Amino acid sequence: METLLRVEHLKKYFKTPRGMLHAVDDVSFTIGQGKTLGVVGESGCGKSTLGRVIIKLLDATDGRVYFEGKDITDAKGDMRLRRDMQIIFQDPFSSFNPRMSISETIAEPLKIHHLCRSRDALNRRVTQLMDTVGLARRFANSYPHELDGGRRQRIGIARALALEPKFIVCDEPVSALDVSIQAQILNLMQDLQAEKGFTYLFITHDLSVVKHISDEIMVMYLGVMVEKSRSDDLFDQPLHPYTKALLSAIPEPRINKTRRREVLQGEITSPVNPQPGCRFAARCKYAKEICTRQNPELQEVCPGHMAACHFVREINGLQE
Amino acid sequence: MRSVEPGILEDSKKRSQFVDIWRRLCKNRLAVLGMIVLLILVFAAIFADVIAPYDYAQQDYTALHQTPSLKHIFGTDNTGRDIFSRIIYGARTSLVVGFVSLAVGCLTGCILGAIAGYCGGGIEIAIMGFCDILLAIPQTVLAIAIASTLGTGTVNAMIAVGISSIPNFCRIVRSSTMTVKDQEYVEAARAIGSSSFHIVRKHIFPNILAPIIVQATLNIGKAIIMCAALSFLGLGIQPPEAEWGNMLSSARQFVRDYPHEVIFPGLAIMLTVLACNLFGDGLRDALDPKLKR
Amino acid sequence: MEQETLLSVKDLTIHYITDDGVMKAVNGISFDLKKGETLGLVGETGAGKTTTALGIMRLVPDPPGKIVSGEILWNGKNLLKVGKLGMRAIRGKEISMIFQDPMTSLNPVMTVGAQLSEVIRIHEKLSRADAAIRAGEMLELVGIPSERMDEYPHQFSGGMKQRVVIAMALACNPLMIIADEPTTALDVTIQAQVLDLMRSLREKFGTATLMITHDLGVVAEICDRVAIIYAGQIVEQGTLEEIYENTKHPYTKGLFASLPDMSSKAHRLHPIKGLMPDPANLPSGCPFHPRCDHARPECARRTPVRTEVTPSHFVNCLLYE
Repeated sequence: METLLRVEHLKKYFKTPRGMLHAVDDVSFTIGQGKTLGVVGESGCGKSTLGRVIIKLLDATDGRVYFEGKDITDAKGDMRLRRDMQIIFQDPFSSFNPRMSISETIAEPLKIHHLCRSRDALNRRVTQLMDTVGLARRFANSYPHELDGGRRQRIGIARALALEPKFIVCDEPVSALDVSIQAQILNLMQDLQAEKGFTYLFITHDLSVVKHISDEIMVMYLGVMVEKSRSDDLFDQPLHPYTKALLSAIPEPRINKTRRREVLQGEITSPVNPQPGCRFAARCKYAKEICTRQNPELQEVCPGHMAACHFVREINGLQE
Repeated sequence: MRSVEPGILEDSKKRSQFVDIWRRLCKNRLAVLGMIVLLILVFAAIFADVIAPYDYAQQDYTALHQTPSLKHIFGTDNTGRDIFSRIIYGARTSLVVGFVSLAVGCLTGCILGAIAGYCGGGIEIAIMGFCDILLAIPQTVLAIAIASTLGTGTVNAMIAVGISSIPNFCRIVRSSTMTVKDQEYVEAARAIGSSSFHIVRKHIFPNILAPIIVQATLNIGKAIIMCAALSFLGLGIQPPEAEWGNMLSSARQFVRDYPHEVIFPGLAIMLTVLACNLFGDGLRDALDPKLKR
Repeated sequence: MEQETLLSVKDLTIHYITDDGVMKAVNGISFDLKKGETLGLVGETGAGKTTTALGIMRLVPDPPGKIVSGEILWNGKNLLKVGKLGMRAIRGKEISMIFQDPMTSLNPVMTVGAQLSEVIRIHEKLSRADAAIRAGEMLELVGIPSERMDEYPHQFSGGMKQRVVIAMALACNPLMIIADEPTTALDVTIQAQVLDLMRSLREKFGTATLMITHDLGVVAEICDRVAIIYAGQIVEQGTLEEIYENTKHPYTKGLFASLPDMSSKAHRLHPIKGLMPDPANLPSGCPFHPRCDHARPECARRTPVRTEVTPSHFVNCLLYE
C-alpha cells in the first residue's frame, strides 16, 4: 500500500484573548492511497481545523505535511496542489454562493484552472460532473436555495470532483442531512472512491457513519489523537477510556439490549492553555496522579492499534 | 443506484430572486409612491427642454415677482424668470449632482470598505481611522470645508458631497464583507484556488449588494439636500444655473412679500428627498428576507 | 395497566397559507398520550413534527399558519376552544416545552436564577425569595450546583444550558413536557448525560413527555411508544417493541435500513429512494407511494386508513388493509 499523505507532529494554535488555543496538538498519521481515514471527536476537538491545515486553508503552527512524498507544508499558492486536494463542507446551506447558479458553481474551479478550452467543452464537463453525482441536468440553471440539502451536498461533491483531486477532506458531509438522504450520499461517496480511487479524510462526530465508511479511525480529544486503529478493531476493542465512553454513549436504534452504559461525567475542558498531562484526565475514572503531570505517549498496544494512555494495558488487562 | 431521483420540490419554486424582490416592493404602497415620484423627476429631468414652458435663464423684466397664474403656474422670481421652468431644470441639476456625487462616494467607499473588510490588520485600522476622522466632522461642515477649498461650481460641489459620503459606504461595506468572508462558500472558493480579487468580485460583492443599494438610495436624498445647502450658502452651483438651493437662496430676501418663490423650490427638495427615503426604506424591507411575511 | 389519557390529539390539520400556495404541514394527525408516558414523534426534516408540537401549545405563527381542523383534548378540555388567557395559564404550568437549541432559548442578559424564578412566579404566587429558593432546588435537581444561580447563560456550556432549560420546563411541575429535539445540538457524551437526566426525572415526577426527534437511537433509549410521521401524517404507531421488532410500514423499514449498522460491517446502505415531498404539492393517495418499493397503482388513488395490527399497533398502509 502506497502512502499518499503523511502528517508529522502537526500543530495549529490560535491566538485568543484568553491565551493560546491548542486546536491541533502534535498529531501524526499516514493515509494510504485509496483509503479512508475517519477522524472522530466531539465539537471543539480540532478535527475540522486538522482537515483545513492539511489542505492548507490554514497555515500550520508547527509540523510537516507530506503529500506523495513531497513536503507541502510551506508550498504557498501552489495551483497544482489545489487540484490534488479538495474539500467537501458540512453545511450544504452556507457553502454555496447564493448568487451563483448550479452550473456556474461547478464550472468555477474549471475556469480558474483553465481546464476547458472552449465554452462547449466547459458545458460538457459540467454536465458530465452533474451526471456523476446523480444530479438531474434540469437543475443546471437553478440556484442553491431552490434545492434541498441532499442535492446541495451533491453539488458540493461535484465541485470537489471537478479538479479530479487525489485527496478529499470530507468535513461532516452528511451531518446536516436526514438519515434516508445521508445513506444516499454515503453510497455515492463510496461508489466514487471505488471508481476513481480517491483517498478520503472523513471528519465526523457520528460514530456509526465513520465505522461504515472508514478503513482506519482516529479519535481526537481536545486537539490530541488519543487512539487510532483499524475501523473494526476500534469498535471491537476500544482501548482508550475516552473511546470506550464515546462508544457507550451512542444511542443505538435497537431495544432490549443488555448494554453496560458508561455515562461520562463532566464536560470537555477548555483547549486554551492546556495544562500538562492527559487532556482527558479530568473526566477519566481511571485517572491517577501521573495523568495530570505527564503527557501520555501514543503507543502501539496491539499491531496497528495505537492509544495514548498511561494505563492502557492495566485497564484492558493486556500484558506488557 | 446512482439513478437520478424524481423532482417534486422544484416545480413550484421556479421564480427568480428579482421577481420576488419586485413583488415584495410593490406590496409597500409608500415605496411605490416614492418610486413614482422619482420616476416623474427623472422623466422631467430628461425631457426638461420639452416640458419647461420657458428657458431657465430667460429674464422678463415686465413680469417680476408674479404670483402663480396660468401663464406662469408657479409664478416668477425677482428677475422675471419662470419658477416652474427653473424647477424642472433644477431637477436635472439636482439629479445629476445627486447621482454623480453618489457614484464618487459609493465607489470610493466600496473599494476602501472591501479592502478593509477583506484584508484586515493594519490596512483596516488605517482605513477605518480615516473614516472615523471624516465621521467626526459633521457631514455638512465637511462638505462646506471641501467646497470652499475647491471653489464654487457644479463639479466641485459634486466632489465635496461625494467625499463626505465615503465613510457611510465604507463602514457598511466593511461590516458586510466581514460577515460574508466567514461563509463557507468563500472558504470553498479558496479551496479551489481562487485569487483574493476573484473572491471579492465574484463571491463577496454580489452578496453585499443589497445593503449597498439601500444605502445608495437613502444617500441620494442626502446628497441632493447637501448640494442644495451648499448652493444656498453660495458655495455650490451659481445662478443663473437653475438649482433648487440657489433658487431658495436668491428668493429668501423676498420671503415676506412673495412666499411662493421659496415655497416651490422648497417643496421640490422636500418631495424628492422624501421620495428617495420612502423608496430606500421599501427597498431595504424588500431585500431583507427576514422581514418577509 | 390502564392509565388515564392525558392528551388526545384527533385529526389535527395545520396549514401554512403563503404566497407560494398552501403548505400542508400537518394532515390529520391523531394520537393519545397517557399519564407518565413518553411518546416519541419520529420523522425527518419537514415532516411536520415541530408544527404538531406548536399546534398543541397553540403557538403556530398566525399568519401564515392556521389550524384547519381537529381537536386537541387536554384532560378532556379542547385546547382549540380555550381563549388566549386560558392558554397562557396552561403553557408552562401544565404543559411546557424544551426547544432544540439551548443557546437561543435562554435570555443572555438575565441570570439563570432570575429566569428560573421568573417562570415560577408567573404561575405560582410565591414571594421573590421563595421563588429564588425553588429555583435553586430546581438547578440542584438537574445537577447544577445552586451557587451558579447568579451566573449568566454564556458562562454555561451547551449541555449545562440544556439542563437549565429542562429545569425551567420542570419548574412548575407540569403534567406534560414537549421536548423538541432536546439533544440534537449536543455532543454524544453530553447527550447521554441529558438523556439519563430526563429518564431519572421522569421516574421521579411521572411527567408525560412528547419527545420529538429524528434519531431512532434516542427514541430507543427513552420512549415507551413511538409514532412515525411522514409528510404530516402518522404512518405507523405502536409500542417501542412493536415498532422496532415488528416494523410494518415500508417507510419505517426504510428508515431503519438507512442507518449504518454499528454491529456488522455491511458494505452498502439501503437508502429510501427519492426525497421528502414538498408540503405545498403532496402526492395523491398515500404520500409515500412515489418512494415506496411496494407501491401499487391503487396507492396513488386511495389514502390508506389507520389499520390495527395489534390493539396498540396501527399502520397506515394499503398492504395491511
